[in-house]
Formats: sequence, C-alpha cells, structure tokens
Amino acid sequence: MYAYDQYDQAMVDARVEEFRDQARRRLEGKLTEDQFKPLRLMNGLYLQLHAYMLRVAIPYGTLNSLQMRALADIAEKYDRGYGHFTTRQNIQYNWIKLEDAADILADLAKVEMHAIQTSGNCIRNISSDHFAGATADEVVDPRPYAELLRQWSSFHPEFSYLPRKFKIAVIASEKDRAAMRLHDIGINIVQNDTGELGAAFYVGGGMGRTPMIAPCINAFVPLDHFVTYAEACLRVYNRYGRRDNKYKARIKILVHELGAEEYTRQVEEEFAQLLDQGIEPPLAELERIRTFFEDPPFDGDADAEIDRSDPDFAVWVDRNTVPHKQPGYVSAVISLKPVGGIPGDATAEQMRLMADLAKDYSFDECRVMHTQNIVLPHVRKADLHALWTALEDAGLGSPNLDTVEDIIACPGLDYCSLANARSIPVAQKISERFAANGKTGTLGELKLKISGCINACGHHHAGHIGILGVDRKGVENYQLLLGGSEAEDVSLAKITGPGFDENGIVDAVETVTSVYERERQDGERFVDTYRRIGMNPFKEALYG
Amino acid sequence: MRLLTGNDLKSGAVTWWTGSDWSIHIEDAVDVTGSEDEIARREEAARRVNVPYAIDAELHEGSPRPSHIKERVRALGPTVRPDLTLKPADPEIGNWVI
Amino acid sequence: MADTLRYRDDEPVDHPAVTVDAFLDQSNASAVRIEPGDDARALVPHLERLALVEVNFPAFGDGRGYSSARILREAGFEGELRAVGDVLVDQLAYMRRCGFDAFEPDEQFDMDDVKAAFERWPEVYQSAADSRTPIWTKRHA
Ligand code: SF4
Repeated sequence: MYAYDQYDQAMVDARVEEFRDQARRRLEGKLTEDQFKPLRLMNGLYLQLHAYMLRVAIPYGTLNSLQMRALADIAEKYDRGYGHFTTRQNIQYNWIKLEDAADILADLAKVEMHAIQTSGNCIRNISSDHFAGATADEVVDPRPYAELLRQWSSFHPEFSYLPRKFKIAVIASEKDRAAMRLHDIGINIVQNDTGELGAAFYVGGGMGRTPMIAPCINAFVPLDHFVTYAEACLRVYNRYGRRDNKYKARIKILVHELGAEEYTRQVEEEFAQLLDQGIEPPLAELERIRTFFEDPPFDGDADAEIDRSDPDFAVWVDRNTVPHKQPGYVSAVISLKPVGGIPGDATAEQMRLMADLAKDYSFDECRVMHTQNIVLPHVRKADLHALWTALEDAGLGSPNLDTVEDIIACPGLDYCSLANARSIPVAQKISERFAANGKTGTLGELKLKISGCINACGHHHAGHIGILGVDRKGVENYQLLLGGSEAEDVSLAKITGPGFDENGIVDAVETVTSVYERERQDGERFVDTYRRIGMNPFKEALYG
Repeated sequence: MRLLTGNDLKSGAVTWWTGSDWSIHIEDAVDVTGSEDEIARREEAARRVNVPYAIDAELHEGSPRPSHIKERVRALGPTVRPDLTLKPADPEIGNWVI
Repeated sequence: MADTLRYRDDEPVDHPAVTVDAFLDQSNASAVRIEPGDDARALVPHLERLALVEVNFPAFGDGRGYSSARILREAGFEGELRAVGDVLVDQLAYMRRCGFDAFEPDEQFDMDDVKAAFERWPEVYQSAADSRTPIWTKRHA
C-alpha cells in the first residue's frame, strides 16, 4: 500500500499545526464559530448531536495494522472506546473534544493518517474498489489513480470553497463495487481497442434529495491528461455550480440543468485552456505510485482446497469470502453487522483484533468497504479456519455478506443532528427478525440500506430495499423504497407508498421479501424479480 | 416553556441554561421565554456556550422535556447505547426519549 | 475597512475600480472589480490596459473568485490582483497560490497570523498560478 515520503509527511504535519493554531484562535475568541466552522470541517470536525464528531480519512479504504491499531488507540484515549466505519470508507468518532482535536490529528499523522477534507465544501477523500488488487476482473489496479487524485486534491487552492462537497470514486472494472456512478465524479479506468489505458469520466451522480445517475461525459481521457481533465470538470463546477440554494448546489444539479452535452462542452473548452498550464503530473509519478500497489509475495503453492468439515465454518466461507486472482487465496470479509448490532461500529478491541488478523493473514492490510464491513484482501485458503475461529470468538464472524442482515445504516437520529428519524434501531430490528425467521440465507443477495434523512448517507436510493426516515409531525416515520442498485446495474429505488412506523417498517420489509419468495424464478435476486414484475405486486401485499 | 441549549465550546458537550450557568443535565434547565435572544448573545460572546438556540419543551413529572424527539435524544444520548447516555442505569429512560 | 496588504513593488493604482460591465462598455479605467458572478475571461482581451483587478468576496465561503484569479493569471495578467471583502486570514495561502498578490480585507488581520499563514505550507501538491514547484515534480527532478 501507499507509504508517505518526506513530502507527504511534511504536508500532513503542517496541517496538524495549522489546525492547532486555528483551534487555539477559536478558543481564544479570535475566530467566530461562523469563521471557524469551514476550517474545522475541512479537518473532519463536526458539531454533532451530542458532541464534536471527528471523521478520519481512510484513502481508498486501505489500512495497515499499525494504522488500525492507532484508530483503536484514539477510540480509547479520546473517545468512548469505539468508532463507526462509514459508507465512504472512513471512520468517525462521536465524542470528541475540541481541546483534543489537534492532538488526535497529531497521533494520526504519526501513522500517515489525517482528517483532511473529510468534510466541508471541498474535494473529499477519494474512494475506490475495496477488492482492488485482489480481484481477477479489473483492467488494472485503480488505487494508483485514486492516490494521484488524492495528492492533486489535497489542499487544492482553487477548489476549497466549492458550492458544495465533492466526492470522487475510482474503479477499474465492469463490476462497480464503489457506487461509482452515484458520485460527483466517477472514474472508470478502461482499456481501448489498442490496449491503451484511459479514464472514463462520469460526472453529476449523487444521492441526497435529488438522486441522479452520472452520465458519461468522456469515455476515454488519456492518462497523460487525466488530472487536467479533472481540474477542468472542477473549474466549470466552481464557477457555475449554484450557490443560491444549498439543496441545488451539488454538481449533479449543474449537469442536469445545463444538460450533459453542454456541461461536457464547457469542460472540453476549459480543458483546452488548461492543457498548456502544466497541471498534469509527470507520468513518472504514476509509475512511482504503482510500485506501492504491486502484488504482495503470494505463496505460489497455496492449497486450493478448503477443509469444509466444520459446517458453521463452511457457511461463513460460502457467504463471506470472495474469489481472488491468485490461486489458493480469497478475500475474506469481516462483517460489522452482527444480528441486533449497530452497523459499522467496532470497539477498540475489535479493531486491534482486526489489525492482528490483517497482519497475520493478509500481508498487513485490511480495507474498509463502503458497505461498512472490513475486508482482508489476500487470505490464504489454508488460513481461513484459523481466521474464522478468531473472528467468531470476538463476535465478528457473522456469515451475512450481501444478505438482508448486511444492512447499510447511517447514524440517524441517535447521533446525527440533521436526522429525521433513527436508522440504527430499524436495522437492528430487521436483522433480528430475519435471523429469527431463518430466511437470511434463502433470500440470497439483498441489499438493504437505511438513511435517517433525505441526505441519504445510508444510500437508501441505491438499496434493493431502501428505507428513508422522515419526520411526521414530530414522530418518526419510514418510507419504503424498492429496486435501487449502486452496482454496475445502477438504478434508483422507487417509493412504495405511504410510510410506516418503526415496527410497521420491519413488517413491511418482511412482506416484500415474501412477495419475492412467491414470485422469484430460478436464480433471480430480489432486485431481479422486482425489475421483472414491477412495483404492483409489492404494493398490493403492503397496502392491500 | 422555552429552554436555551447549546454546546460547550471546549468539550462539545450538550448544555442547558440554568438561569446562572450551563449544565449538562436537562433537569437543571429553566424557562427562558422572552429573554432567550439576549442570554444567547451574551453567553456566546463570552464563549461560555457555542451556537446556542432555544427550543420548545413541556414540564413532565416536574422536569422539562423537549417537545421534539431530536432534542430528547440530544439531551440524553444515543438510544442504541443506553450505557453511554446520561442515565445508564435507568431502565425507563427509553420511554422518556421516544 | 482595513489596510491593504500588497506583495508587489509597483505603485498602487490611485483611482477606483469600475465594474466589469462599465469597463467593457468603454471605460478608460485601468482598474476593474470582478464580482463572483462575473466572467473573468471577458477581461482577457483587454489585459494590457489593466493595472489592477479587484476580486470581490462578498462572503468568504463563495470560492468563485479563486477561479477568476487563476484564469487571469493563466491568461498572462501581470498587474495587481487584489482580493477584497470578506477575506479571512486562513484563506491567504490558497489565494496567494491562485495568483492574488494584494489583500484588502473587511477586517484587519493580525500580522502574526498573516506571517504564519504564508509560512504554513512547506510544499505544494499541485501547480497553480504561483511559481511553486509541485511535490510530484520535485520527486522526479
Ligand atoms: S442520512 Fe441524514 S440522518 Fe443519516 S447520517 Fe446522513 S445526514 Fe445524518
């Protein structure tokens, strides 16, 4: 994985000192809260429902054991012993003191981590495919491109006061495991007929109150123009994105209002202006970065067979491991979705255990998935039983990847000041319901996503089943949506009809899964059946 | 009744105006009807509170209870982690919030 | 209004800046003020005539002026580029990188904070309108 050199380290250290100074000026009253707010946000520090919240960047989700351990230490030293892994592959802490914030950033900097641009109207942490470098289906490893964009976007002098936040995802395969087309910019590294690599730019996707699927604005940007093209996309947005209305300020609205063609024309024009401005990094930099992402020293003789004599273990293997490009290896997913638990939360002890397991079994690397789980990317099949045993002992062995129990849920009203309703208790009740009725396994792949408000941090628009919390005259109410996807079959979910109360929504989810069980044809997933039969049968079952 | 609330600037803790100071316990909060803006301005300027605002509440068994669920969660802590709330030992507290 | 900080040696322009529309109309002015919604590129054909461009920041969170500044520098403007209005000390370093070389903030800066702001960044990651060499170029020099 990427390692800092003296330059990267110097920048992160400088940022710590800058923030220490800013926090001091705020505490002394030299900065008003209005002035301080964008500065703290650019360091991931929110004022949340109960306290300050700190969001730490995990570039493209990747952590080594030292870093994971540092995250555990921070949870214990400065917070209340746990952290929350988010849908953007980051971690956030809920009980932070402003007085401690600079010290936390300093602790992070010691392990090459930071909270830079994890909030605010700037370019956020770049996300990527959590199976990068491990999966056989990629054209190339997307992470070097994400790292190049990380550098380009860090402390960008022109794009730090954008109309609104800006999220970029980079993938390099037909399969989309990063919700690429639901980002402000989604980049897919592709290969053309002559074998040359280039970047397909998808611009103007997003969730929130106006969900949009990003159109492709350029199917092949040569790699030696890659950064300049991104700069052009951003400049057009910075100049013309709406600033009169916060809810219309994301780039998706600009692209939508201009039309993709006109937006593209403006980008191309800007790009032509920028081409001779020396913006593009030397290609040697991409080569340098690539060396950090070379394959680890795989064991060429690793056993291809798994001893499946332990039935519980076999279930976990079937559910939570994913094929690897290297024979004898798999990627193993650690579920942070225990039945009745809080999706994405991990205690300091669990983080330390995951750090140890990453070190022992996965070449010292683990990754945060946007589904709020952790993956050990390169595990020898022969080590799986030992890995599973350790996970089971720590309550991390739930065999439920991509099932109805593997729920994405935003923090909701339990933690978030923007929320209309709680998300976590709904997730807890649903996972308990399906664990009790025994249907989790038979329902197969079913992506269920819950947001506590229209901001859609829980990606409810992109759930096979989505749930949106709303406020009905001061009472929590939940809308049900069906048919979304954030994968390569991207689609936006549709609302079924009137909402439900907390228990009603759990029943409603069970009802729609029963319709699926009744109607499904061979091999169909829930979303396939929905696409084939449409909304009506589900509506009838729900509302009679 | 109206309550004045905000966060402690240094710790970020949720605080309530008690008539003379700020407390993390909502039981200590007093009605500020009529004087909310003035107190908020003065206290914020002195940095004894950060981003203060007033909310509606009712008296409930002798103590103030915010009218909106969000402020009740805020007053107490996350409903999904009773151990981290201000009243970890009170089994009835869920009913106060919801 | 506070003092103007200038990081250039020439004499400041001694007459007020006019709006972009007035300037394009017919003015002989050599100083113009750009508002956030103005198209900085409209000035590009006339840069020779301009000694001062003021870029107004009515609200510090509106970052359009950063693009305006860079566009003018990219087009070769060498006159004074002054950030005016709700300009905060924590923004100076980035503004400088976008080509501003003068600052006229609504509220006076503490000069120690100004100094700290300009000394803050040991390196830069990307190229902009200043002459600093990006890290990725240094790595392969
Ligand atoms: S979706 Fe709404 S409630 Fe959930 S975390 Fe985002 S802003 Fe908060």
